[in-house]
Amino acid sequence: MRTPFTLRFLAAMPRSGWIAMGIFALITMVLMPALHLFVPENSPFHVSNYAITLGGKIMCYAIVAVAMDLVWGYAGILSLGHGVFFALGGYAFGMYLMREIGTDGSYHSHLPDFMVFLDWKELPWYWAGSDSFLWALFLVVAVPALVAYVFGYFAFRSRIKGVYFSIITQALTFAAMLLFFRNETGFGGNNGFTDFKRILGHDITSPEMRATLFALSALVLMLTLFVGRYLAASKFGRVLTAIRDAESRVMFIGYNPLHYKLFIWTVSAMLCGIAGALYVPQVGIINPGEMSPANSIEIAIWVAVGGRGTLIGPVIGAGLVNAFKSYFTVAFPEYWLFFLGALFVGVTLWLPEGVVGLWKRIRARVAA
Amino acid sequence: MSTKLIDNETENRGGEDGTQVVGHILQPGVDLSHKVILYLEAISVSFDGFKALNNLNLTIDAGELRCIIGPNGAGKTTMMDVITGKTRPDAGTCFFGQTLDLTRMTEPQIAHAGIGRKFQKPTIFENHTVFENLELAMKTDKRAWTSLFAWLSQEGRDRITDTLKQIRLDQEADRQAGLLSHGQKQWLEIGMLLMQEPQLLLLDEPVAGMTDDETERTGELFKSLAGKHSLVVVEHDMAFIEQLGGKVTVLHEGSVLAEGNLATVQADPRVIEVYLGR
Repeated sequence: MRTPFTLRFLAAMPRSGWIAMGIFALITMVLMPALHLFVPENSPFHVSNYAITLGGKIMCYAIVAVAMDLVWGYAGILSLGHGVFFALGGYAFGMYLMREIGTDGSYHSHLPDFMVFLDWKELPWYWAGSDSFLWALFLVVAVPALVAYVFGYFAFRSRIKGVYFSIITQALTFAAMLLFFRNETGFGGNNGFTDFKRILGHDITSPEMRATLFALSALVLMLTLFVGRYLAASKFGRVLTAIRDAESRVMFIGYNPLHYKLFIWTVSAMLCGIAGALYVPQVGIINPGEMSPANSIEIAIWVAVGGRGTLIGPVIGAGLVNAFKSYFTVAFPEYWLFFLGALFVGVTLWLPEGVVGLWKRIRARVAA
Repeated sequence: MSTKLIDNETENRGGEDGTQVVGHILQPGVDLSHKVILYLEAISVSFDGFKALNNLNLTIDAGELRCIIGPNGAGKTTMMDVITGKTRPDAGTCFFGQTLDLTRMTEPQIAHAGIGRKFQKPTIFENHTVFENLELAMKTDKRAWTSLFAWLSQEGRDRITDTLKQIRLDQEADRQAGLLSHGQKQWLEIGMLLMQEPQLLLLDEPVAGMTDDETERTGELFKSLAGKHSLVVVEHDMAFIEQLGGKVTVLHEGSVLAEGNLATVQADPRVIEVYLGR
């Protein structure tokens, strides 16, 4: 007898997973927004602007980390250029945010300020439709997907693997950064986009908007985790891990790894794009710095710290590393990169399975 | 009966009622009308000047069990690479049945057409369970999109259970494949091959690392497969080849040195020279 699809979908996650998901939803979508909106600022229970923005930001990073885990942990493809998909999603939504400023910019023009500054008289063709919220949502997913699909098609078809693939992805994000640094590209050059005012006519800095973006980030994170769980539990996921472990065997039993890799690679890029679009209105700026090679390497570190191929590990990794970063860059700003490097070396040497692997080992020891 | 016509030329040669067609129609799958499953003709492959295969000619009949022997570097593994699409020959043709040109197909296409391969070093999915290994190998729609929604049917489950019994791993079904013994891994890989339901099985040193008992059971299994399937076995173990009892081909420096039953081949002075001389 065939099991109905909905049941299979639910079975992708164990009951404890659903309970954890429910608790997380309650905290991030009810409790935190309520404490931010309805508790007075002088109360110790008030969740501050800073906390809600930082939380939202970290959840966006966590989405990227899960997306990275899908390609690295499951398919064994180490991308060191995932920042480019995140930034493309951010830029796609940033275009809409720039148009929502309307004539409230410094030059009171219908054009974004940087275009006035460059003495441009009209919007470039690729800005067409950027005042539409729906078109922006479409671009947020479609642009990273298209770039990933085309890049992935050629790379995977040529059977580029391992460290060679990682280096090419570094080059991809670096080239994109150089392109976006140029004023002529039409995305604000090295200043990028900033001074956003509104989303759908609502003030972007209002507590309500912040709470909404925070809750939305949590929702997307949960959906990403769920999609990841489903993929990992499906036959597709088993083929992916088989490709990671013994690609030639997979080919000789009749699977074409190209399509499997291309699918997960493109899905991963789309998830990064969505994360980028949620990130930009919360931090209020997007510039080519997001595409710097170091940013993409940091994504890989989150996943390594949390534990590859575990989905929940990368969420923990993104949270831990960024919480550290927030503290460290204030306390010892000049040592952050050294610390990050040491963390990566340390995790690789002593915690190959990350925090989740450590937790499993501790539990096994306690049980024994 | 409706016969699908492939082009106008064939259509014009159709019978009066439009159903009978004289002439050649390309059928899907392997065409065994001439009772031959594999043709290798004048195959040459060289790596950086080294001729791994040198004008190799070999045909395998449908249902045959063929053993291939030869010293190290004779080109046995390269020959399998050519058949399965891993290596493209510099010259020569390689046909599966009458119609399928293997030199123009990719590895997954060749696998789908019905050629299964067991590697010299057992290659299984170490992080998957024994059951999952067989499930992944099972003959089915293997496209990415279908596998997203694939669900193992009861028939599929039964087939896996049967194969588990056949390769004597039914007690190990839920064990991680990486934890199996070397001989068990060999059996698992053979089991994966069976799940693929190939017409031609290429087996590269299938009994290496097996106990005598396991070797003998493997021989029984192969003999039972011959007839329905065609098998090409590369081996060094002469006792095993004797047990299999099929025709033997000796490869040397990339081409066929001798062919015949084991006794004839072993008595051939050139073969003795290659194995014992120098």
